[in-house]
Amino acid sequence: MSEEQIKLEAERSRSLEDQFEARIARDEKIEPKDWMPEKYRKTHIRQMSQHAHSEIVGMLPEGNWITRAPSLRRKVALLAKVQDEAGHGLYLYSACETLGVSRDELYEQLHSGKAKYSSIFNYPTITWADMGAIGWLVDGAAIINQVPLCNTSYGPYARAMIRVCKEESFHQRQGYEIMIKLANGTPEQKEMAQDALNRWWWPSLMMLGPTDDVSVHTEQSMKWKLKRKSNDDLRQQFIDQTVPQADLIGLTIPDSDLKWNEERKSYDFGEINWDEFWQVVKGHGPMNKERMKARVGAWERGEWVRDAAMTHAKKKQKQAV
Amino acid sequence: MSTKNWPLWEVFVRSKNGLEHRHFGSLHAADAEMALENARDVYTRRNEGVSIWVVESKNITASNPENNGELFEPAQDKIYRHPTFYDLPDEVKHM
Amino acid sequence: MNNNLYKYILGIADNSLILGQRLGELCGHGPSLETDIACTNISLDLFGQVRSYYQYAAKVIGDGRTEDDIAMLRKEREYVNVLLVEQPNTDFAYTIGRQFLFDVYHYLLLNKLQNSHDLTLSAIAKKSIKEVSYHQRFSTDWVKRLGDGTEVSHQKMQEAIDGLWTYTDELFHQTEADKIMVSEGVGVDVTSLKEQYYAIVSKILEDATLKTPESKWFQKGGKQGIHTEHLGYLLSDLQYMQRAYPNMEW
Repeated sequence: MSEEQIKLEAERSRSLEDQFEARIARDEKIEPKDWMPEKYRKTHIRQMSQHAHSEIVGMLPEGNWITRAPSLRRKVALLAKVQDEAGHGLYLYSACETLGVSRDELYEQLHSGKAKYSSIFNYPTITWADMGAIGWLVDGAAIINQVPLCNTSYGPYARAMIRVCKEESFHQRQGYEIMIKLANGTPEQKEMAQDALNRWWWPSLMMLGPTDDVSVHTEQSMKWKLKRKSNDDLRQQFIDQTVPQADLIGLTIPDSDLKWNEERKSYDFGEINWDEFWQVVKGHGPMNKERMKARVGAWERGEWVRDAAMTHAKKKQKQAV
Repeated sequence: MSTKNWPLWEVFVRSKNGLEHRHFGSLHAADAEMALENARDVYTRRNEGVSIWVVESKNITASNPENNGELFEPAQDKIYRHPTFYDLPDEVKHM
Repeated sequence: MNNNLYKYILGIADNSLILGQRLGELCGHGPSLETDIACTNISLDLFGQVRSYYQYAAKVIGDGRTEDDIAMLRKEREYVNVLLVEQPNTDFAYTIGRQFLFDVYHYLLLNKLQNSHDLTLSAIAKKSIKEVSYHQRFSTDWVKRLGDGTEVSHQKMQEAIDGLWTYTDELFHQTEADKIMVSEGVGVDVTSLKEQYYAIVSKILEDATLKTPESKWFQKGGKQGIHTEHLGYLLSDLQYMQRAYPNMEW
C-alpha cells in the first residue's frame, strides 16, 4: 500500500469510527455483522467472556451444597439456581460467539488461566448459611452490575442480559429467604448466618471492582454503555440497599466504621482490604486452584463424550445421504 | 484424540400458539435431535414455549450490513405502499 | 394409617430420591454446559416427584412426620430403593446407562400406575409420566450416541451396561407390601413389566450396536433395605444437615 492509500484508509476508518460512536451516543444498538472498531470487539469479548466464566465457575461454590441441602424445598431451589447459572454462562458464551470467537477458545483461555472470572468464587462455602449469603450478597451485587447492562450498546449482550436479569430475580430472594430462616431460628442457626455474613461481606464489596482512581477501563466502557456507573457508585448503592436488609433480620454488618451519613444520605464504610483482593485475583485465593481443577477436570472427562456424539452424528448423516 | 467441537445452532421458539417463532438464542449440539433437546432444556425451563425450531447456524444466510443502503433505503420513499399516502374525506368509514 | 400403602409409596419414591441425588452431584461437572443443564433438569423432575410422594406418604402415616423427615431421617436399612439407582457416577457412560436402565422401567411402571385406584398415586403418575417419557428419550439417545460413537465410547458404554446389568432384575421383585397393594388395585404388578422391559432394552442396545449382557446372576436386596456400600456415603451427604442440626427449620 502506498503512503497515500494508507492515509486514505486511516481517514476512512476514522470517519467510520466517528459514525460508530455517534450511533452508540444516539442509543442505537450495534449488531454482530456491523462494522466496529477492533477495540470494541476485543473489549466486548473480554467483558462478556469474563462474565460467562464467572457464571460457570460460580456454579461450583454453590454446587458444593446441592447434595447437602437441609430440606427438599431448599434442594430444588438451589439446584434450579445453579442450573440457571449454567444457562447464563451459555447465553453469554453465545453472545461472545457472535463476535467470532468460539466457546472452546474461551474455555481454553479460562483453563489456561489467561482469562479472569469474578474472584469472589475463589472463597470456600463451608456452611449452609453460605448459600444464603451468596444469594443475598453476591447475587445482590451482581444484579446491581447487571441491570444497567440490559441497555448496553452491543445487541447480543443486551439481549443476553435481559434474559439473565429476568431469570435471576429469584436468586437473590432465594438467598435472603435462607438468611431470614436462619436469623429467626435457633441461636446456633443465627450464629451460622452471622458467620456467613462476616465472611462474605467484604468479598462482596470487592466484587464491585477496584476503586475508581485505579480502575482502568472505566471511561471507554462508559461511552460504550458497558458500564453505566462507576465502581464506587455501585458499591455505595449496594451498601445503602443491603444494610437495612441486614438490620431487618437482626444481623450485624462486620464493619465498625459503618455509619449513616445524614449529609450524603448514604452510609460511610470502613476500608476495604485491596491487598487481599489483588492477591485473590492473582490466583492466591483459598480456592483458585480447586475451582480450576474442577473446571478443567469436567472438560477433560467430557472429551470422549463430546467426540462420541460428533462421530455418531456424522455416521448418521452419512447413512441419511 | 482430536476434539471435534459441537457446531452452533440457532434456536427459535413459539411462546404460544398464534405467535410466530422468535429467535431465542443459540447453543451447541452434535446433531439436530440433541439441538432440540438442548433447546428445550436451555430455553424453555420456565414454560416459555410450545414449539421449537433449531437450525445449524452455518445454514443461515445473512444480509451484509454494508449493503444496507442498497437493500433497505430504496423502500423508504415508497410511501404509496402505506395507507396514509391516500387522501380520503373524513366521512368515509370502514376503510 | 395404612402401613402397606406407606411402604408402597416409599418403594417408588426412594428410587427417585436416590437417583435425583446422584444426578445432583453432577451439577456443574457435566461434559458440556448443555448436557449439564439437561441432567439437572432430570434431577429436578425426580425431586419434584419425590416431594409429591413423600408429602402423600406423610399424610398416610399421619404421625407428624414431614416429607423431609421421610427423606432425610431414616437409617440406611430403612431406604428401599433398588440398588441400580444408588450406583455412583463412575463416568458419563455409567450415568447414562443407569438412567436408561431405570427410565425404561420407570415409564412402564408409571404407565400402569396411572390406573391405580388410589387417586393421589394415579395423579402423581399422570404428571410424572410426561417427565419420564422425556428422560427415557434423552437417555436412549445418549446410549445410542455413546454405543455407536467412537471406539472408546462404545467400549465405555458397553462396560457400563455390563456393570449395571446385575441390578436390573431387582426392579421386578415384589415385596409383601407390593403384593397387598396390587391385590387392592392400588399397586402395579411389576412382575408383569419384566418381559416388555427386557425387550425394549435389548432393542435399543442393539440399535446402539451394544450387546445385551447374557449374565443371569442378579443382585438384589435394595427393596429389603440391604444396599451396596455406596448408599451410606450418599446418605451421609443427604442427611448431613438434618443430623448435625436436629429439629430445626430451614
